[in-house]
Amino acid sequence: MTKTEKPIVPKGKAAAGGEFEWELRLYVAGQTSRSIAALNNLNQLCETHLKGRYRIEVVDLLVNPQLSREDQILAVPTLVRKLPEPIRKIIGDLSNTERVLVGLQLRPGK
Amino acid sequence: MTSNSRKNPLQPPQLAGLEKCPSGISGLDQITGGGLPRGRTTLVCGGSGSGKTLLGMEFLVKGATKFGEAGVFMCFEENAEELAQNVASLGFDVNGLITSKQLVIDYVRIERSEIEETGEYDLEGLFIRLGLAIDSIGAKRVVLDTIETLFAALANAGILRAELRRLFRWLKDKGVTAIVTGERGEGTFTRHGLEEYVSDCVLLLDQRVVENIATRRLRIVKYRGSAHGTNEYPFLLDEQGFTVVPLTAIGLQYAVSTDFISTGVAKLDAMLGGHGYYRGGSLLLSGTAGSGKTSLAAHFLDAACRRGERCLFFAFEESPDQIMRNMRSIGLDLRQWLDKGLLRFHASRPSTFGLEMHLTAIHRATEQFQAQVVVFDPISSFESAGSFPEARAMLMRLVDFLKSRQITSLFTSLTSGGNPSEQSEVGISSLIDTWLLLRNLEQSGERTRLLYILKACGMAHSNQVREFILTDHGVDLLEVYVGPGGILTGSAKAEQDRLDSAANLIRRRDAERKRLVIEHKQKALEAKIAELKAEFELERREMEETIAETESSAQSLIAGRIEAGQRREGTTAAPDKIRKGGRK
Repeated sequence: MTKTEKPIVPKGKAAAGGEFEWELRLYVAGQTSRSIAALNNLNQLCETHLKGRYRIEVVDLLVNPQLSREDQILAVPTLVRKLPEPIRKIIGDLSNTERVLVGLQLRPGK
Repeated sequence: MTSNSRKNPLQPPQLAGLEKCPSGISGLDQITGGGLPRGRTTLVCGGSGSGKTLLGMEFLVKGATKFGEAGVFMCFEENAEELAQNVASLGFDVNGLITSKQLVIDYVRIERSEIEETGEYDLEGLFIRLGLAIDSIGAKRVVLDTIETLFAALANAGILRAELRRLFRWLKDKGVTAIVTGERGEGTFTRHGLEEYVSDCVLLLDQRVVENIATRRLRIVKYRGSAHGTNEYPFLLDEQGFTVVPLTAIGLQYAVSTDFISTGVAKLDAMLGGHGYYRGGSLLLSGTAGSGKTSLAAHFLDAACRRGERCLFFAFEESPDQIMRNMRSIGLDLRQWLDKGLLRFHASRPSTFGLEMHLTAIHRATEQFQAQVVVFDPISSFESAGSFPEARAMLMRLVDFLKSRQITSLFTSLTSGGNPSEQSEVGISSLIDTWLLLRNLEQSGERTRLLYILKACGMAHSNQVREFILTDHGVDLLEVYVGPGGILTGSAKAEQDRLDSAANLIRRRDAERKRLVIEHKQKALEAKIAELKAEFELERREMEETIAETESSAQSLIAGRIEAGQRREGTTAAPDKIRKGGRK
């Protein structure tokens, strides 16, 4: 699968090359306030909890609509944890940090 | 074809001209007056297994194959392979349509356990995805099956409802004709109230089980801006797809024929005014077991096939082979018509499915075969597939349907031995044009069959009872003996005939003898008269002689006296006289 990522460059990106323990992908549909908020929330959270161990890809479905089908994305924004497995999906603007941490299994759920 | 093309619902539909999108589903377009509202969204709701998915799929398949409109099927429950397999059983080649870019199946997989909601979101991903699918093949039709699954996957119902509302508006703006399916809820059409968002057309599918027999029904709950049938219409789901039967919509305005067609039995034709039955009429043959109903029906079919008409035989108790074998024994070769394609059998057990399904199957088979003559053998068994009023309603619609198509129908009905035959069919007798009753008569150790016409609307018919016999060259009708002892048939009739002729002979001889006696007496009388006459003649002659003698002697006495007197007086008066009459 070749994907052309829209360069909304995530701030907390670690050194190029090599595998990251955490592979995260954020699906958005255009640069709406909600998608920007989601990315900001994600960056902040990763810097806090996963510093140096993660990589974030941002996928704009308006640019790559076929990915909505291939990756089974309905809601936007959707954050997908590709690694570590299993795949987890977190939808919403990630404003509820507690739930994001639960979703990423960085914190045990209820 | 946008949302502002909405017409005033108060306007009559024919004027409003709401554009319809033919579904291509047999029967559905008739009851909806042309199809689903074009460019709008139709909600199809029903319980699980009611056929929602198949209706949706057929809408797309027919759109692609019959109307050149590509379609998108977005499924939320089954994946594309499962769906293709499921609908392959209905004869749809989904994969072929996908290859030829007439159909897209998009499986939306939602796993609740994988999803965590962390704030505000929308379903733009779904919109993008659907939009991509629609644009990839230029789809005109869309099916969402069933979007309610989202309610299970997403916790935030508020967002979901707002997004659904946006979705339906978006579909309308796209100009696609859409079907969304929804699971039937308690007291509502759909579990999550989808009907709230879809206001143009709502179809309800239902499957009811009565006495272990399931019947599928469809009802148009709502169709804004269009006239539509309001009844529940039975439908079939089988290897030929979805078939809705608009039978309840059939009115009584049908043309009737004045042509006659033969019953296949010349003597029966003669009883029915010499021509047979009316074409397009309905005929009921009722009788007890073994009274010859099927045989008579087979004659009817045979005659129809001989005329080159297409016949359908709906057998509900016997297999086609069995019927053909049995009919061969009375000299009817039905197989030849089968081979020529003029006759087709349609055998099913009444209990296989419900009455409505039977009706639908009959309807479809008749339409497809373009039958001109149909035989139902026997209809009484339908009572086992439903209650009596239901069976009656079903038959009424069946008769109406057949009459409206000018199809001549023959029904046989088995009456149970104990009942008076007239009673058990009271339910449908009013629908029937010609009713023949077959009866078994037990008499002097043998059973004979009797036939008579109970009713024959609109034609002169015989009121006589005939004996009905099955020979190796078919059915024959005989006169029966009607005498002081009642009706006699069979050997009793033959015996009676013999007795009658013997009695006649005796009577004839008796009369002869009496005639002779009379003759004799007359002769005797005449002889006596002659004798008396002769006697009288004799007497008369004697008497006359005596009279004559007496007269002559009296004269001569007188003459003598006169002579004597003259002599005394010395006159010579009348000397001639004296000379003449006097003594010489």
